[in-house]
Amino acid sequence: MVDRLSKQFGGVRAVDGVSLQVRPGEAVGIIGPNGSGKTTLVNLITGFVRPDSGRVVFRGVDITRASVEARVRMGIARSFQTPRPFYRLPAFRNVIIPLCSRRARERLGSGFGRREEVALDLLEEVGFERDAAAVTKPASELPHGYLKRLELARCLALDPQLLLLDELFSGMSPAETASLIPLLLRLVEEGRSLVLVEHRLAELFQVVGRVVVLDFGRKIAEGHPADVMAREEVRRAYLGGEVSASA
Amino acid sequence: MPELLTVLVYGLVQAAVLLLVALGFSVTFGLSGIPNFSHGGVYILSGFVCWFSLRKLGWPYPLAVAASVAVAATVGLLVYAAVIRPVRRLVLAEVIATFAVGVAMLELFRWMGLVTYEFNLPAVVAGSVALGDVVVDAHRLVVVASAAGLGLALWWFGRATRTGLALRAMAQEEYTALSLGIREDRMAALSVVLGSALAAVAAVLVLPLGLISINLGYDAMLVALAVTVTGGTERTAGLVLAALLLGLATVVASVVIGPHWSEVVYLAAIVTVLAVRPSGILGRLKELEERV
Amino acid sequence: MTAPVAYRRERLDRGIKVRSDDIFALAGWPEILYLAGPRVAAAGLLLVFPLLRNWTGDYWQTVFLVAVSMMLAAVSWAFLENVGLVSLGHSLFFGAGGYLTAIAVLDLRLPPLLAVLTGTVGAAAGCAVLLAPVLRLRGVYFSLVTFALPLLFARVIEATKILGGTEGLAGIPGLGSLEVRQYLLVVGLLSATFGLQRLLDSDYGLVLHAIRDNDLSVRASGIPVGWWKFGAVLVGALPATLAGAVLATHYHVVGMSAFALDYSVLPLTAAVLGGSGAMAGAAVGAALLVPLSELLRAFGTLRVVAYCAVLVLVLVSVPEGLFSLVRRRYHQFERWVPL
Repeated sequence: MVDRLSKQFGGVRAVDGVSLQVRPGEAVGIIGPNGSGKTTLVNLITGFVRPDSGRVVFRGVDITRASVEARVRMGIARSFQTPRPFYRLPAFRNVIIPLCSRRARERLGSGFGRREEVALDLLEEVGFERDAAAVTKPASELPHGYLKRLELARCLALDPQLLLLDELFSGMSPAETASLIPLLLRLVEEGRSLVLVEHRLAELFQVVGRVVVLDFGRKIAEGHPADVMAREEVRRAYLGGEVSASA
Repeated sequence: MPELLTVLVYGLVQAAVLLLVALGFSVTFGLSGIPNFSHGGVYILSGFVCWFSLRKLGWPYPLAVAASVAVAATVGLLVYAAVIRPVRRLVLAEVIATFAVGVAMLELFRWMGLVTYEFNLPAVVAGSVALGDVVVDAHRLVVVASAAGLGLALWWFGRATRTGLALRAMAQEEYTALSLGIREDRMAALSVVLGSALAAVAAVLVLPLGLISINLGYDAMLVALAVTVTGGTERTAGLVLAALLLGLATVVASVVIGPHWSEVVYLAAIVTVLAVRPSGILGRLKELEERV
Repeated sequence: MTAPVAYRRERLDRGIKVRSDDIFALAGWPEILYLAGPRVAAAGLLLVFPLLRNWTGDYWQTVFLVAVSMMLAAVSWAFLENVGLVSLGHSLFFGAGGYLTAIAVLDLRLPPLLAVLTGTVGAAAGCAVLLAPVLRLRGVYFSLVTFALPLLFARVIEATKILGGTEGLAGIPGLGSLEVRQYLLVVGLLSATFGLQRLLDSDYGLVLHAIRDNDLSVRASGIPVGWWKFGAVLVGALPATLAGAVLATHYHVVGMSAFALDYSVLPLTAAVLGGSGAMAGAAVGAALLVPLSELLRAFGTLRVVAYCAVLVLVLVSVPEGLFSLVRRRYHQFERWVPL
């Protein structure tokens, strides 16, 4: 749950009084034109940026002042808009690193001794073929779609209760996105909460039941995807954005 | 009990000295993120070049000054091309490399025996001036004026010229700047050259206050670090403020407690600032960048 | 008309390397020798040298002592570099080890061996705490601060006359005989080299390397980078503080010179020359540089200039270091194959 969060960078109000609530086992989408503060919101929730005002509460605990690592330990994980893998390491080693965190060690229990296996399992879940070269090649050699999936695998390694995915689908082929949607739905079924920041609305609406629209840092609409997209102000925000881009 | 005015005046002079010495390093570090540890070496080198041109070649003063600035700038460019650029991609290799260059220069001078009393530079202007009860060398006033002038010039450069803005953009967000077509290599080279030239200017102004001593090269690095860390690299105002604070603090410390306690001030400043406000007193850098 | 054949270089593991990569390493003597040979030979040389006192004379035995100390410092430097912490003032650890040992012996009246241990561990902990605020910042700041600290400490000691001022703390009793000191250092070196290397090769080292390459993602993976770096500094400082502690008992005095530039530049150069990727590489680098430095004693400070020149040259042309180069040749051979 996020309460009236605000963050200013220089003269720009990146996030302006945004409130948001996410229930366990719920998938929420965050959409809006570029620069509307979506990624900043994710940064605020996950602890990469401190808010100027407002609170972030997770499962009853106020985590506004908590560090990134503390939040991960409580069960929050996020992926980055531009993937940030460990380029020199092969994919499976990339996944082993989050498996070395406190949270993963707690969740894995005795499985920790088999972390290489666990890493390979996770990679398989997100669509890597177990014995393929992709698993052992350094991450710098992987194509974009694979890198995004690697990010997802790294998040899953943390067994998150709240998973925030920043533009997971961007740059992926329809086949790749299609293969990931069942996985995301299954995560929700398992009782986790999902927050997806997306531009690819068609795919997004297959996963989320509720959508929040941001524009210039403010929440301008919230509700069921179909309802929200029909709203005047939402269309204006998106179309307005498109017009100025092509001007 | 020394007069308050004396302490203030000499504190101001000290602040000016600190700012001048630190500027070369701060500018390079702030504009392109390159920590040029050869700053101290170039500083002393410029002093020697000026001395050599004046005393051995018999050149007029302005020409000698120009020569040292020119040599410093050239050395800066060489260091960039031969040492910094090849290693830029390696993590922190530029730190090691420029450090090595700086130490090599200073120790080379030491080995060459350039350590006697004859190595000194003349004051820019002779004579002294009375400010109320305090008597100050005219040269020291020139130092203060130059520091103020340079500070202003740099502030203007960073804000009003295209190159300056480009450099600052690069320092803060390299990828974005690159995508806007700013030539990274040229800009980095420029910042190193500029920093070296500033080191020469500082040398010409500050070294006359004493002898050209090799240890001053290491001192210069320490001062540069202290001022840069305390003031932050974001804003020129931060550097000026840091120089003022440190200048006054060191003078007060040496008067009230004892000489040589200035070093303690630098140490305390560096450690405190890094612990409490890493981006400097006036810094507001995004937490991500500075903390990671 | 055929197009001209272009060639590319191909590197292949040598047969014996492939054979000894598995459990089959234990299968035959050639494989065992191949793997164990270099390590045993190096360790053997270190362990045997002190016994050759009658042949080499006291002078070279002392050089050996100093060499092993610098090898320890180089290994320490290299370990920190693997975490992304480039120390430009390793004499900080060295001097801290010396001074703390002196205090332990002179003020706390501890027996020499206990004093050395206290000095080693205490100095490592003290330096780690001192450097802690800088650890959560970009790596550059660590370098800045390690550059400044030894210089500042030396000046402060000189100015305020604490810790013996310019004369230093004298009267430190020796630790047994020369052999005892040598073996203490050699054991320390072997443990440090092999121990730290194993650490780096494990998943713990995986995380450390990741911290060096991509702080942010490591934090996003739920690992508290600050604490890990602190731990790394603590562990990594130990070899260097040990060297400082033992040498203090050897020279019977410790002074400002413990914070001298020499003790910062040499480990750095050694580690870069040998290659900081492998702990053994750094040690080999120091093993080469120290005797060389002794032989060139007549040149005074020009040696430091030479180190720096070598440093820059190696960085620019062979950044992985000589040891890695040699090791690669040992494990692999190259040939040209047509494209």
